[in-house]
Amino acid sequence: MSIPPRDRAATDRAPVRPRHPAPSFARSVWLVATREIMARLRSKAFLVSTGILLLISIGSVVAGSIASQNQTLPKVAVVGTAAQIVEQTQSFRMVEADDVAEAEALVRAETVSAAVVPGTATDAPLGVRVIALDSPPVGVLAALSITPTVSLLEPSTQQSGGLVYLVSLGFGLVFFMSAITFGSTIAQSVVEEKQTRVVEILMTTIPVRALLGGKVVGNSIMAFGQIVAIGLLVAIGMATTGQIGLLGTVGPSIVWFAVFFAFGFIMLAALFAATASMVSRQEDVGSATSPVLFLVMIPYFLVIFFNDNPTVLAIMSYIPFSAPVGMPMRIFLGGIAWWEPLLSLMVLLASTAVVILLGSRIYSNSLLRMGARVTFRQALRG
Amino acid sequence: MLEIRAINKRYGTRQVLTDVSFGVASGRLTGFVGANGAGKTTTMRIILGVLSADSGTVSQDGVPLTSDDRRRFGYMPEERGLYPKMKVGEHLVYLARLHGLSPASARRNTIELLDRLALGERAGDLVQSLSLGNQQRAQIAAALVHDPEFLVLDEPFSGLDPIAVEVVMSVLSGYAAQGAPVLFSSHQLDIVERLCDDVVIIADGEIRANGPREQLREQHSRPRFELCTDADTEWIRAVPGISVLDLSGGVAVFEAETDAASQTVLRQALDRAPVTSFSQQRPSLATIFTEVVQ
Repeated sequence: MSIPPRDRAATDRAPVRPRHPAPSFARSVWLVATREIMARLRSKAFLVSTGILLLISIGSVVAGSIASQNQTLPKVAVVGTAAQIVEQTQSFRMVEADDVAEAEALVRAETVSAAVVPGTATDAPLGVRVIALDSPPVGVLAALSITPTVSLLEPSTQQSGGLVYLVSLGFGLVFFMSAITFGSTIAQSVVEEKQTRVVEILMTTIPVRALLGGKVVGNSIMAFGQIVAIGLLVAIGMATTGQIGLLGTVGPSIVWFAVFFAFGFIMLAALFAATASMVSRQEDVGSATSPVLFLVMIPYFLVIFFNDNPTVLAIMSYIPFSAPVGMPMRIFLGGIAWWEPLLSLMVLLASTAVVILLGSRIYSNSLLRMGARVTFRQALRG
Repeated sequence: MLEIRAINKRYGTRQVLTDVSFGVASGRLTGFVGANGAGKTTTMRIILGVLSADSGTVSQDGVPLTSDDRRRFGYMPEERGLYPKMKVGEHLVYLARLHGLSPASARRNTIELLDRLALGERAGDLVQSLSLGNQQRAQIAAALVHDPEFLVLDEPFSGLDPIAVEVVMSVLSGYAAQGAPVLFSSHQLDIVERLCDDVVIIADGEIRANGPREQLREQHSRPRFELCTDADTEWIRAVPGISVLDLSGGVAVFEAETDAASQTVLRQALDRAPVTSFSQQRPSLATIFTEVVQ
């Protein structure tokens, strides 16, 4: 038996091939995560949307401070010696009138909300008399009255309604935006790997769980980085525009929000990756991941509509999907025990672990199934 | 030596592989031949551990393969693909690093390999900007960039232009010459015939033929001979045990019932006139393939 000549001499004989030890699991995860991060940083769409988000958050802080500085004091007309008394309150802008008749005219013309004129000793123990149009001007009276000292036995920590609404909108919106943005990014990158078939090479190179882990870690770092950047910008913005007081009230809940967000996002990321792995085309990503989108949208709407309903908020703060919004909101509103955020965090951690286990099972069972959408049963059974 | 032993695989109710067993010897090129849907890709995926078999083993020198062993494989899947928006060079470095290479050796291997595949100037281009043929070369580079100890390539020649075919053939031969087992599937039987030391033929999920190429050709040879001589060969018709298939002048093609009968023809021919050639006709791989898959 002869083997026909084949030109083996012509092919280059490399020296004995070196053996490369397989990278550790953590190393593999990190390599995948780095690639994900680089891919995001090179994407113009990502850079533009991050820029817009940062601009919006800094803009809202600045707008808030401008609005609070321009709050106009009520105008009152003053006559003669009454001016001194009104000036002491520092609560009004004064319009000097020459006499009582002119002051009355100003009140009638509604250029001022009231007039303060010197009173005679008999009708005015305070030395001034207040003239108003049709009803006693409560604000003006309160500013000019002497009130006794009040001691509250159980001071309410209730925040004012407008601020509560703004903070709930802030938490809800930031969570919603980041989860949607990075969630769909993960989903797309999973399907990209499946659609371009590069996934089969990756699967023979590193464990599938390292691939999933790297995607989740990489995108979570980006999402978390974005949240931290927004948080810092808002804090710096508040500090420089003289809203330190507000920062003190909102600060702790922002820190808790960041912690909850980090773990909550990992859970969502695993879900996005798992559901996306069940389809093979970018066109199908939307429908495949829509159940997860609902999980993200529900807490967003709940916190906006029910930010004044303690029961709903209490339930929300323990359900893993809404805890990242619900718990910081309750911390902001105050009146919760110290262990409540910790317990909720435990629940979140446990469910994140379960979701990652299930998610990686779905993910590894679906990756090589091209074509028709994989059913949940197939994906879980393998 | 890579050994595939008694692999069975079933998708739902469909049995796709039945008792598939064959070996891939170190330092030899093994061609894996079969029609579409015969089970080539499934077998290769099982060898690589991307799919799990229902039963059977894949072992190296008698030891079952672990996932760490499989990292030292170079694999080119049938479904081609790389990240379209990564640069070719970066992509190869990334894959090499996933296999555990240091950044420096990953870069060195990438540059060497791209030069060898005549893609050196494209290292900075995005994968999606390459022509199909060049993407195919990049894909081959992706299978080789981590100094694999085994090569498993699913249809490495499909979609390549003739020059690229030559380049890839020499790269694969080079790997085998260094002592690596190389298994590749192909539809192009002429390439397999030229290149392979061993051939495995699969049909309907069963191995139909398996062994060194020349041995297979011998096994499937019929007792058919060709004799070329200077004189007329009409006399062969009279030799017992011989049936003549074709006679034209000094060339005769005949079948012999026994070895002795064919030797008698040769002896008599030598007595009559000088013999320029006497040979048993060997079937081509294509002929063997059609024969065994039926």
